[in-house]
Amino acid sequence: MIAYVVRRLLLMLPLLLGVTFLTFAIINLIPGSPVTQLRANPKFRPEDAARLERQLGLDRPWPERYVEWLGELARGDLGVSMHNEVPVAGRILDVLPNTLLLTISSLALALLVAVPLGIYAADRYRTWFDHSASLAAVVMYAMPTFYLALLLVILFALKFREWGLPSLPVGGMTSPRDGGGFVDRAQHLVLPTLSLALIQIGGWSAYIRSQMLETLGQDFVRTARSKGLAHRSVIFRHAARNAFLPLVTLVGLSLPGLFGGALIIENIFAWPGMGRLTIEAVGRRDYTMVMGTTLLFAALTMVSNLIADVMYGILDPRVRFD
Amino acid sequence: MEQAGRSNQATVDLRPGSGERARGREPGLGALERAQLRKTPGFYRRSWNRFRKNHLALGSLMVIALIGLFVLSAGLISRYVTGFSYSENHLADKLSPTMTNGYVLGSDGNGRDILTRLAYGGRVSLMIAFLSTFATLVLGGGVGLVSGYFGGWVDSLLMRLVDVLLAIPGLALLILITTLYRPGPVGLAFVLAGVSWPGIARIIRGEVLSLRRREYIEAARVVGAPAWRILTRHLLPNIMPLIVIYAAIAIPVLIVDEAALSYLGVGVQVPTPSWGNMLGEATQFLRAYPAKVIIPGAMIYLTSLALYLVGNGIRDAFDPRLGD
Repeated sequence: MIAYVVRRLLLMLPLLLGVTFLTFAIINLIPGSPVTQLRANPKFRPEDAARLERQLGLDRPWPERYVEWLGELARGDLGVSMHNEVPVAGRILDVLPNTLLLTISSLALALLVAVPLGIYAADRYRTWFDHSASLAAVVMYAMPTFYLALLLVILFALKFREWGLPSLPVGGMTSPRDGGGFVDRAQHLVLPTLSLALIQIGGWSAYIRSQMLETLGQDFVRTARSKGLAHRSVIFRHAARNAFLPLVTLVGLSLPGLFGGALIIENIFAWPGMGRLTIEAVGRRDYTMVMGTTLLFAALTMVSNLIADVMYGILDPRVRFD
Repeated sequence: MEQAGRSNQATVDLRPGSGERARGREPGLGALERAQLRKTPGFYRRSWNRFRKNHLALGSLMVIALIGLFVLSAGLISRYVTGFSYSENHLADKLSPTMTNGYVLGSDGNGRDILTRLAYGGRVSLMIAFLSTFATLVLGGGVGLVSGYFGGWVDSLLMRLVDVLLAIPGLALLILITTLYRPGPVGLAFVLAGVSWPGIARIIRGEVLSLRRREYIEAARVVGAPAWRILTRHLLPNIMPLIVIYAAIAIPVLIVDEAALSYLGVGVQVPTPSWGNMLGEATQFLRAYPAKVIIPGAMIYLTSLALYLVGNGIRDAFDPRLGD
């Protein structure tokens, strides 16, 4: 298995090379540079602009700069931000835990709700519970992330305060005053997590339900029933364990979507994570920072797909890594 | 599907007309019977018959038709119902609540009529969604066909490009491109397509790989049909159902993507209205005027939900095995 993981990791290198090349080309093929925006300032002299462009290396052709960037990357250096000369790697490491906290907590919440929901709906096939769960799944699935987030803010932050109910804070990770405690942090996490999780719950519970229905119709389940096992045991020990297998792949595949969702959610809730950093950097045309965040997003996506595949192999003894 | 397949099988067996001769019928009647039998509904007709029985999907289709009607009559609404144009500012009346000062759904932060802007904005949003879906399918379908049929280095090259594009979260790539290049509405549709095609290309390629070993493709090649003819006349009609299914699945996703970009301020640029940028502009008044956010959001949601349900219906109608 170690050989398999190593081989997969090696296969990622050319892909990451492709990702960086594509991104570098996209951001450099457009006319203008980060300096262009400064030219609007009348105090900014053309010779300053030329000097700044030379200093940032922007006067040279972009393929040359790309090769140079790659060379530095090979030495483990992502360079410094073109905006404020902060090291890119350091800045990313500062905000990465915040994004991981948000995505992992919503992933955990989504699984904690979707799995029992899907199993129970399959167990109660074609009852009112099943039908309403399916309807809720469809209704949630088509919901745009940002709209759901704004509706949650309106309800739990604004209306609850209006009605005198305990309301949740919005914006940032901690309160500006006397914030930073565990409870305060947890409260700030609730709404962004919920916004990301609710969307996933719809799709995943519907998926688990259909997987369960398929598994429940198979021979080994009938055998388990006919040898007199308790209903609970048949559902959890026999059917559910088999229905979970494809879920691992599904979760792995939906991680890029989760990172994409985090991009918007972080923007709405002023959450200091990778998504906000990316949007800010793109807006400032901070090329080095954009390259860094894109590289990291791509690496996260590939690593999570790899983890999903390895998990699948561990859970299903029929799969062999070779 | 199964049932329909069986009835189809029966008609094929009858066609040679051996049965009627055995029963001593006239040959003419056999021809008539044949003509009647030829009316056996085709694949698309049978799919439509299945779709019609799905009330949820049919209802959703009607909702989309209503939204389409609303959007197409934007000019009439502006002229006869609201009396405002979509870009008319009345700063004195800004943020009017619904049904006041002649604003049916109220006015926005610049004193523009929300109902009128919803109709015009819907035009822009739906135009972008349909155009980008079409472009996605042409691009993804084309790449999938070429890649699957020709194989070799063309296939490797195209599929590596697909791998690279799928490794970057789509929204991050979209934000990057739209922020730097600031496309107009039509350009935005093509940018959306440029980021959305790889998933479909991969699926189409897989289907073509399995189809090109079939006998009828081999037969076409044997009689000397050129590649473009095999691609357009033999492969394309057979992957068409798959393409339609993915079109139906892609539209609601693209509606939401466009809305997300416009919400972030990097999609459709004001003063051109779109549901997404109306929502984005209104978030600054979220605290005091949540209705300004809820209204355009509801339009986005309603449209994406209805399109999603229709998409589910189409998928089930075309291939009942895919449904649960």
